[in-house]
Amino acid sequence: MKLPGNPKVRIGICVFAFFALVALVGPYVVQNLMGLSPSDVHTADAMQGPSGAHPLGTTATGEDVLAQLVVGSRVSLLVGLVAGLVTTALSVLVGVAGGYLGGRADSVLTVLTNICLVIPGMPLLIIIASYVQGRGGWLTVALIIGLTAWPWGARQKRAQTLSLRHRDFVTAAEMTGESRWGVITRELIPSLAPIISVSFLGAVVGSMFADAGLSFIGLGNINITSWGSMLYWAQNGSALTRGAWWWFVPPGACIAVIGVAAGLINFGIDEISNPRLRKPPKKVRDRAEAAKLRRRTEERAEPATAPKAQEATS
Amino acid sequence: MPASAEPVLEAHGEPVLEARDVVKRFPLHGPGQHGKEVHAVEPTSLALHAGRITALVGESGSGKSTLARMLALAYPPTEGEIRLDGAPVKQARTARGKRAYYRQVQMVFQDPFSSLSPVHRLRYILSRPLQLHGHASGRAELERQILDLLNRVNLTPADQFIDKFPHELSGGQRQRVAIARALAARPKVLLGDEPVSMLDVSIRLDILNLLGTLRDDEGLAILYITHDIAGARYFADEIKVLYAGQLVESGPADAVVEQPRHPYTRLLLESAPDPDREGALLDAPEVVDDEETLGEPPSLVDPPAGCRFHPRCPLAKPVCATAFPPRTQFDDGQWVHCWSYDEENYR
Repeated sequence: MKLPGNPKVRIGICVFAFFALVALVGPYVVQNLMGLSPSDVHTADAMQGPSGAHPLGTTATGEDVLAQLVVGSRVSLLVGLVAGLVTTALSVLVGVAGGYLGGRADSVLTVLTNICLVIPGMPLLIIIASYVQGRGGWLTVALIIGLTAWPWGARQKRAQTLSLRHRDFVTAAEMTGESRWGVITRELIPSLAPIISVSFLGAVVGSMFADAGLSFIGLGNINITSWGSMLYWAQNGSALTRGAWWWFVPPGACIAVIGVAAGLINFGIDEISNPRLRKPPKKVRDRAEAAKLRRRTEERAEPATAPKAQEATS
Repeated sequence: MPASAEPVLEAHGEPVLEARDVVKRFPLHGPGQHGKEVHAVEPTSLALHAGRITALVGESGSGKSTLARMLALAYPPTEGEIRLDGAPVKQARTARGKRAYYRQVQMVFQDPFSSLSPVHRLRYILSRPLQLHGHASGRAELERQILDLLNRVNLTPADQFIDKFPHELSGGQRQRVAIARALAARPKVLLGDEPVSMLDVSIRLDILNLLGTLRDDEGLAILYITHDIAGARYFADEIKVLYAGQLVESGPADAVVEQPRHPYTRLLLESAPDPDREGALLDAPEVVDDEETLGEPPSLVDPPAGCRFHPRCPLAKPVCATAFPPRTQFDDGQWVHCWSYDEENYR
């Protein structure tokens, strides 16, 4: 896969790739190669600033912040990814199917969407989360977030589908004999790709925020190390009042940087979905460039004789 | 409406696709409009025969496209039925039933800029009908047939076009792709909803010649919808004139153009410049003295009673406002719905 030309998108993708790499191999590197542990308590080393032994300092109970950050990235990213996938899949399914099928199916799906839409998301999340009380680990949190965050996207996708539904190319697909499912998956969803991918990135980031928020108020599983639970413990240990910036800034910054990266990637998504904005492949561009050059040199070669003759007469 | 109730019997064998007394009314929505309907197509019969091009002529809003879309099963007719090969088509609800119908009947849209999906390459656009109708399986066979289709619509060299996106093509090339897509199903009937009206004049003839070749070589039955009656003459075997949802005149293309019998047909012909026709119309009575009196097409929500053309018609008589005229048949195969050809005027 080649990187898109847009520098903003490149930066966004690199940031995401970096975090994905950290989540994948980071815990091994930190725990096994650097010998740091996210959960070992060393009261002697409590609340220490960054140093050689603890690059990002330690918490109030002497756990290593860097180790926590790296190990926690895995949970935060997984929650974001899974919840984002669930949210997007549900919203596409409900929105596109409702918008395209119309009639009774649409009415039922719209009512369902509207009901879920008016239930305030965060309070519902809090109620469910406090009932579940961290049972089932990060997957439960991801599913709760995913199952409560879809209605907004569904409405948006339904509206877009309504505008596509009677375009000629959709009718033409029906008239080639495409089934309804075929029209949805082969014509509508590819045409909605920019909206879907934008809302997927939004959902990933939103879910990470929600996960961090839940953990921060103590409703996630605070015994799992994640960026949210780090913030929770930092708050509990009054890191802010004691000036222990190394404790709460890294997880907060990581969340913020991922949000920015998602925003940057969104700049390039139009290009993927709208082939008109794509640059032709390098081979084609080179050939066109060579042809232009040849034409220019030929032009120069031909009229070159004429002006010279004029100069001579004047 | 007495005449249209009879089945259309013409000397070209059994029709491939036939609309019998189809009616389309669209209900209106909105405040104060409850129960009102747009009377888009009044009982209309139309038959398409293999190897013949039937032109359906009329101005905007006359119901041409509605009729074509009923034939393409995009709208179910309010009344009447569509017959394919003599058997009534039940409004196919299942994907399988629709696919079987679209295996025989294909449509080419008016606007080639919106009828091709912008996200797919030509290879994909053309491969779908081939796969769906089981004409090709396997990558190599598929590619061979796609190249063949592109060659048939003169998109050559085909191997350069196959991986292009629609936005990389001109309007005429796109319309060729749309025709190739319709042909990929190997249909017996092609419905052309103003297939050339969006195209540059210089390209129109190419596309029309292409359709003509398809009729001659493959015996396709073609419905050619247009508002250009003079152009239809050179291309179609038969011309039918539609006004405000009612067929008012029909006949062999040359006869209709040279000897228009309905005042509306004359109006249409006079509004279209055609050097060949000049002499033929000189002795015909002048239908329009003054452009101002031309008026507007009637409202289809509340259409005029009787013959819908009577508010604009220079020959209107009291009877025109009360009943739709019966069909008057002429020897040359032309027929017309007009009270001025009633019994006493019959030639």
